[in-house]
Amino acid sequence: MSFLIYLINGLSLGSIYAIIALGYTMVYGIAKMLNFAHGDFIMVGCYVIFTICSTLSGNTLVGILAAIVLCTLLGITTEKVAYKPLRGAASPLAVLITAIGVSYFLENLALLIFGADIKSFSSVVSWSGLSFAGGELKIQGVTIVTILSSIVILIVLQLFIHKTKEGQAMLAVAEDKGAAMLMGINVNKTITLTFAIGSALAAVAGALLCSAYPSLSPYLGAMPGIKAFVAAVFGGIGSIPGAMIGGLVLGIVEILSRTYISSQLADAIVFGILIVVLLVKPTGLLGKVIQEKV
Amino acid sequence: MTSKKKRIKDNLITYGIVIALYIVMEILLKTGNLSSHLKGLLVPMTYYAIIAVALNLCVGILGELSIGHCGFMCIGAFASAIFSKLTADTLPDGIRLFIAFIIGIAVAALFGFLIGIPVLRLKGDYLAIVTLAFGEIIKNVINAVYMGVDSKGVHFSLNNVMDLGMEPDGQVIINGAMGITGTPRTANFTIAIVVLLLSLFVVLNLMNSRDGRAIMAVRDNSIAAEASGINVTGYKMMAFTISAAIAGAAGVLFSHNITSLTATSQYFGYNASIMILVYVVLGGIGNIRGSVIAAAILYLLPEMLRGLNTYRMLIYSIVLIVMMLFNWAPAAIEWREKVVNRFVKRNA
Repeated sequence: MSFLIYLINGLSLGSIYAIIALGYTMVYGIAKMLNFAHGDFIMVGCYVIFTICSTLSGNTLVGILAAIVLCTLLGITTEKVAYKPLRGAASPLAVLITAIGVSYFLENLALLIFGADIKSFSSVVSWSGLSFAGGELKIQGVTIVTILSSIVILIVLQLFIHKTKEGQAMLAVAEDKGAAMLMGINVNKTITLTFAIGSALAAVAGALLCSAYPSLSPYLGAMPGIKAFVAAVFGGIGSIPGAMIGGLVLGIVEILSRTYISSQLADAIVFGILIVVLLVKPTGLLGKVIQEKV
Repeated sequence: MTSKKKRIKDNLITYGIVIALYIVMEILLKTGNLSSHLKGLLVPMTYYAIIAVALNLCVGILGELSIGHCGFMCIGAFASAIFSKLTADTLPDGIRLFIAFIIGIAVAALFGFLIGIPVLRLKGDYLAIVTLAFGEIIKNVINAVYMGVDSKGVHFSLNNVMDLGMEPDGQVIINGAMGITGTPRTANFTIAIVVLLLSLFVVLNLMNSRDGRAIMAVRDNSIAAEASGINVTGYKMMAFTISAAIAGAAGVLFSHNITSLTATSQYFGYNASIMILVYVVLGGIGNIRGSVIAAAILYLLPEMLRGLNTYRMLIYSIVLIVMMLFNWAPAAIEWREKVVNRFVKRNA
């Protein structure tokens, strides 16, 4: 029975990774850049919810909505100010380093405003959860909400990308930027929209992450961000179902190895599995194989 | 021959800058014009310059992005610290440090070779993420390992010190997350500068050799290089292993400049590796001299800004973003050329 509980906890953590990884993978697929500041968008979302819940009235829903709006604006602004000027730079590393700069900026800004002390976050889910098998199998409300929201987000995203004009434009830009431009697609607008969606997802992930692990610090986004990136690569970067599968596998492996093997080696095991998968399938689980031509 | 002469002149300038920096710092030290805080930064500044040179060999010359280079530094640091701690009472300082360097470099090179076999099969961002993964694995495993030595030999454990099952007189070498304590502090600024000059010598000579040209051909177009009869995998492995070895040398300096060595993410995590990448990119990808200068300036910059206290890291990050935009944005490059052209015209 305890195995089942760990499995469900792993699914829940994996769902959070998956939501973050969706943002990573969409931005990578379309802008071909690793947004290292993505993890810090999560942190910004958490602090916005924390501030609104603890000072202004304490309405959680208002907090989450405000976090989504602010993170979306932050994503759009970052893209416009820091990333867009570097589109077409001689080296793709340039924009990567700028993203690192943005990440430092956000972390230190939060450090300045909120201080280094860890703040405790009250869960955005007040529901206590379900209990099965005569109280032996208890699932927390936040766990259920996390898993459900990741499923809803995945379905909505898939529908958006395959059924709407904007989504189709995203696919076209991801496939071939130049050709998409010739077909009359506004590439800049599409990239901005991608950043907006990715950042909004980061805010949602932040709310869920801090509800499950309720300690706020300016660096809270860094490690989940990097793990979500690993998840995105694991599933094949650029692929939306891949990010989902990658996130879930990573979350389950992490929780199970933390419980049954060693808490210190859990991260090493997660990264080890990534290496094995990439060696067997160098483009990730669902990644496309691109033939290189001379 | 002119290109050869220019190259030699170029390399001499690079060595000259390092030596000039050394002389200036030594004069400041001798005349007592250097605060004790800044004095403590000299060796770290140098080993960061060394690892930046190593990473530039990997990113700039070989053309493969690695974000786990601090992992090799970590291996070099721990391998040499284990040796130095074991022989702390038996060998004189100089010989011990010399052998420690050989061990640190050799072990880091060995790991570079072993990790290179799987890693170099991958391409681009996939390769980058796997180097990151290896860096994190190295850090995590070292944090979980306990190692001790007694008359029966070496003992390992993943649980705790008691689990080592040592004799009472046994010596604990690696105490899990507490790392290695009591390593002799034998490195100094002069030794660090000598190591930096040696690594520059190795990398600059490699770049100008037949092997170096082959490595750069692989970087520019691996298919064309292969068609010209260049052993792509062999040269990739060679550059990656040398890069890891130099990073290992930086690690030896690291561990012999402090008394307790722990594998913290502040020094050996992916964040630290990314910091080195920042030095390399800002100094100019493929420009070895630039890496040294950028490492020195960027390492000292946050310390220089210490007067601004809480705002310093914020300012540092803004400086980083602005510098990147100014150096790399196509619009900024165009604007700079326009300004330069106007200036040149006026003078003519």
